[in-house]
Amino acid sequence: MLALVAPASSDNCLTRNEWICGKYYSSRAGDLTDALVQHVGIVVASVLLGLAVAVPLALLARRYRRFEGVIVGTTTAIYTIPSLALFSLLVPLTGLGVTTVVIGLGLYSLTILVRNMLEGLAGVPAEVRESALGMGYGRRRMLWRVEVPLALPAIMAGLRVATVSAVALTTVGAILDYGGLGDLLVDGTTTDFKAQVLATSVLCVLLAVALDLLLVGLQRLLTPWTRAVATR
Amino acid sequence: MIRDVIAWFGDADHWQGASGVPTLLGQHALLTVVSMLMATVVGLPAALWLGHRRRGGTLAVNLTNIGRAIPILALVSLLALGVFGTGAFGPFGRSGLATLVTLAVFALPPIVINAYTGMTDVDQDVVEAARGMGMSELDLLRRVELPLALPLVVTGLRLAFVQVWATATIAALVAGPGLGRIIVHGYESFQTAEVVAGSLIVAVIALLLELGFIVVQKMIDPLPSGSR
Repeated sequence: MLALVAPASSDNCLTRNEWICGKYYSSRAGDLTDALVQHVGIVVASVLLGLAVAVPLALLARRYRRFEGVIVGTTTAIYTIPSLALFSLLVPLTGLGVTTVVIGLGLYSLTILVRNMLEGLAGVPAEVRESALGMGYGRRRMLWRVEVPLALPAIMAGLRVATVSAVALTTVGAILDYGGLGDLLVDGTTTDFKAQVLATSVLCVLLAVALDLLLVGLQRLLTPWTRAVATR
Repeated sequence: MIRDVIAWFGDADHWQGASGVPTLLGQHALLTVVSMLMATVVGLPAALWLGHRRRGGTLAVNLTNIGRAIPILALVSLLALGVFGTGAFGPFGRSGLATLVTLAVFALPPIVINAYTGMTDVDQDVVEAARGMGMSELDLLRRVELPLALPLVVTGLRLAFVQVWATATIAALVAGPGLGRIIVHGYESFQTAEVVAGSLIVAVIALLLELGFIVVQKMIDPLPSGSR
């Protein structure tokens, strides 16, 4: 069977190992889609995890000032740990699976998310806060109805950076065989498979751009009042 | 687990030969320093000059975003298979040249952005006063703007240096040189202790570098803290 097929397909862009190869896309579409789906899943899960941890941390740092230094310091220290090392240090705790990648990336996103949340909240003008108090807003209602909406541009900016860097860093998860497109990338490099390396690299960048645009759109929907005033 | 890691550090075999810690550490440090030099030589003068002329702000902002989006693994793979090949490059080992160039590209954004911001943040009144005193543009840049921008310039170098040190581990994923080899070898042979030991070496040195830079930064700040 193989012997029959081999001569007919012996000379094509796959066997010639060309960078751009239509046959690669048609024959490996399934692999690419699976990797892309896994990549998106890891990015979304890790950023959501990061958000879920960052919100209470930011609120804690704001409410009790003495925690601010510790929280900002710790999240920044995590950021200086190399991604490959962070995944590896998590392995004894979370095992050789996708959990380790998601938690590792979630930890990375904390630095950016917490910092931007604090910056955004600190940027709310004091007069606005006072008028809200004067209108009888309680602490909680003021936070969610006045301060968070005004801090939204800064928070969303943090979310965009966190998402885009998560897309890039997910590839490193290849060390645990859960790197989405990174798995195909490493596989392509070690087997000198040019079409696969180029395709996955380009897909990675396109995914980052697509998610970034999606978040820009979301921000425009969430902050309709900024549209008329400034185009940021 | 902890005992295994300590045992790994205690094993003399891990401290000698081509795959011993000293050799890999040397490769790793050489990679970091050389790629930092490449990025600094290319990026710093350009950023200082653009900042001096107060031009190219959008470029600087976009560079930050692009820097975050570059999948480092993709870049090193493309360069290794494409332009530079996976062959050994002098003391840098396999895929050495591809790794060097990738790291240099990775180091550029923080260096450029911080140097640029530092220059444009210099008080315009100070610049005008210096001009009024008849300083030439080059003197102004060298003797007024650069000293005032220095803290941010060094911040950029610090961020780049620590990031490059940390990122150099990823080269090992595509058979490159450096300390990442220990980690990758640990994974390949299912030796968690080795993985953790390799990671600890890289992470601890990264933190030490960060702290060292902060100390240097405090020393060269022309204005004592609190006066800004």
